[in-house]
Amino acid sequence: MTDNKELNSPGYEIPDDLAHAVSITTIDRLYNWGRRSSVWPLMFGLACCAIEMIAAQASRYDLARFGMEVMRPSPRQSDLMIVAGTVTKKMVPSIVRLYNQMPEPKYVMAMGACASGGGPFKEGYNVVAGVDKFIPVDVYVPGCPPTPQALIAGLIKLQEKIDKQSIRKVRWYRKGADTVQIPVPVLGPDIMDPRRYDEIKRLASRAVPAGEKPAEAVEATSSPAEEA
Amino acid sequence: MATLVHTETLDLAARFPGAVTADTRPGYSGWIVNKENLVEVATTLRDEFGFDLLSHVTGVDYFPDKMEVVYNAYRTTGGPGIFFKVQVPRVDPIEVPSVTPIWPGAEFQEREIFDLYGIKFTNHPDLRRILMWEGFDGHPLRKDWHEPFYEEDNKPFKSRWPDGKFLSAEDKNPYKDNLRFPQGFDPEKITFDGEAALYGALAKYQTTDKNGLKTDHVIVNMGPQHPSTHGVFRAAVVLDGETVIGLKPVMGYLHRNHEKIGERNTFLQNMPFTDRLDYFNSMSNNWGYSLAVEKLMGVKPPERAEYLRVIMAELSRIQNHLILIGMLLNDLGTFFTPALYAFEERELILDIFEATSGTRMMCNYHRFGGVARDLPAGVFEKIRDLVEDRIPRKADEFDRFLTENEVLVSRMKGVKVINGEDAINYSITGPVLRAAGIPYDVRRAQPYGIYDRFDFDVALRHNGDLYDNYLIRLDEIRQSVRILQQALKQMPEGPVMTGKPQYQVRVPAGESYGRIEAPKGELGFYIISTGKPNPWRYHVRAPSFINITALEKMCVGQKIADFVAILGVIDIVLGELDR
Repeated sequence: MTDNKELNSPGYEIPDDLAHAVSITTIDRLYNWGRRSSVWPLMFGLACCAIEMIAAQASRYDLARFGMEVMRPSPRQSDLMIVAGTVTKKMVPSIVRLYNQMPEPKYVMAMGACASGGGPFKEGYNVVAGVDKFIPVDVYVPGCPPTPQALIAGLIKLQEKIDKQSIRKVRWYRKGADTVQIPVPVLGPDIMDPRRYDEIKRLASRAVPAGEKPAEAVEATSSPAEEA
Repeated sequence: MATLVHTETLDLAARFPGAVTADTRPGYSGWIVNKENLVEVATTLRDEFGFDLLSHVTGVDYFPDKMEVVYNAYRTTGGPGIFFKVQVPRVDPIEVPSVTPIWPGAEFQEREIFDLYGIKFTNHPDLRRILMWEGFDGHPLRKDWHEPFYEEDNKPFKSRWPDGKFLSAEDKNPYKDNLRFPQGFDPEKITFDGEAALYGALAKYQTTDKNGLKTDHVIVNMGPQHPSTHGVFRAAVVLDGETVIGLKPVMGYLHRNHEKIGERNTFLQNMPFTDRLDYFNSMSNNWGYSLAVEKLMGVKPPERAEYLRVIMAELSRIQNHLILIGMLLNDLGTFFTPALYAFEERELILDIFEATSGTRMMCNYHRFGGVARDLPAGVFEKIRDLVEDRIPRKADEFDRFLTENEVLVSRMKGVKVINGEDAINYSITGPVLRAAGIPYDVRRAQPYGIYDRFDFDVALRHNGDLYDNYLIRLDEIRQSVRILQQALKQMPEGPVMTGKPQYQVRVPAGESYGRIEAPKGELGFYIISTGKPNPWRYHVRAPSFINITALEKMCVGQKIADFVAILGVIDIVLGELDR
């Protein structure tokens, strides 16, 4: 076991002749060690980054070293959603639905510039400026696309995050806690987050007619009282 | 040396007096057809003049007075193509007759024009939005439609340059986000259902048996999250048992607004965006775009750059086809082992790209009038080793492991994809067309670059089934190796760039279409310049998008499992399909 060093809790003296046979550790460490070594990603590719994700899975970079080689096409069986590519408005309802269907504990990685913040396509009318506008993200990996090495570095960061979690504190073991459910966005004249309906209604009632420059709309609506 | 000039001696104006006039705008070519005569002229072009392959249809918004629909047709026997255009006043409702009865391959492209420009095509079989969803507000490619993060018409934006003052786009939008809503919109009173139109289009497949009993078929939605769709493609399939009786592709899940962004960008700024179209083959995509712009600028790359372009394009063709074979086997159920073999070779080719251009996938290597940089030390030898030794060996290895594999043969042989005649009608190009027995390859039909110097065969197979579609990929890898071997021997020393590298190129006004034989088919860039630093219109003729038009034709009557394999051999890539 290569991870024995991390698994063993310091502070307890283990006699030398038992050192190879006995480990003293905490439940948290044992549990996290198991979880961090078998993160199953969702087989979910959006765009260019997905190809680098496949390349990272292939023989040269070999994600199996991290216990992450089992890509599951079903969200019900996966722990990690690697959002690999540009998130478009048309795709966001499906992404949120997939996220909702994943069981806890679940993690999200925004792979690449597009998923992190819109990337080169940010100004596009069908592009969401980062998947974190809709679902919580644990790790951001920069790059366009990130190289497999960068993706692996991001996955190691995720493992570090898992290492620091404690059974007593995590959300999904609290009493009455359930899987985080995010309201699925609706496709209207533009993408609509159900959590923001009031804001949309308020601003739309004051908006300039369609076809005018949005820059003018800013002047019309950017009074400080607006953004309370 | 063949050029891409559309020299055409036939005189349409004399053939159709009063209905057709020559396009005499400076820098333009082709003919302007009255909208009433469009169907008649198009039929004549196809039947009398032999322009059987409609390469692409696209719209142009000549704000503020008129809209134009541009058609570009070629002969599958080779030679230059013909442009013809229909101009309509820019007053809603804008209507143009559909050419789908003549060229069914126009179906999705006309839907795209309807979606992005709001031009209605009368007599179109299924006119719905295609890239955006039903209910989206406005037609985004119109010049007076501004996206939520709109700053100015053209880059570089004054807010960022030259003082480096930065104001983020979010702060300019009242919603603090990439959103825009019509005035007075109330989200709680939404009445339409975006999916209703799709299922409405599928309703025609309901059948009634001889006793008058209505039979419900099963509609299966494959995608957008499905392991066999190669990305975020979705197909709504109507099934009778296991047999496909109807199918509607649903796309736009990766619509990244390439063309709208391309019209804001300067000419050179578009180069890295072309990388992200077909993200397997950024080197080929660069080439298509540089051809189109170089044609307008009238520059010619130096000899060494021409050879470097050929080498990079053929290397990317090899890795594309290897991945296709690996992924096809995945789709057929041989999970991962063949794909891992393919990725092993791909890594070696990507090493060359990385050494030459600096990145593995998004190479951004071409410039107008050459390439960005020369091969670094040692890379030439690496390419030579690959081409002379490793790739031919590996192609033989794939051949040995797969071609006569009993399971593979029984799964693929005789599963019809498409026949030659239909393939031409549906504007299919690339290996799928050649596997159906039509020897049409842009490298031979209208050679670009220096392809007329190489000795190679156009790979050809005749049955048009899955098996031939697989074999033709192996053939093409071998032909690419042949080209590469000659190119490496002939490549001269010298500069790789004509003139000085510059950020802002001067592109004279006019239209231009540059096309190449990309690994997936004919990749073309249609560009209209007004002499300003930014293109007025920037359209991509994406082979994935146009080849998918025939998906329903290919799949009806096949089993659902074969649909997955057929989609695999068409070789779509979503970045290019949705743009």
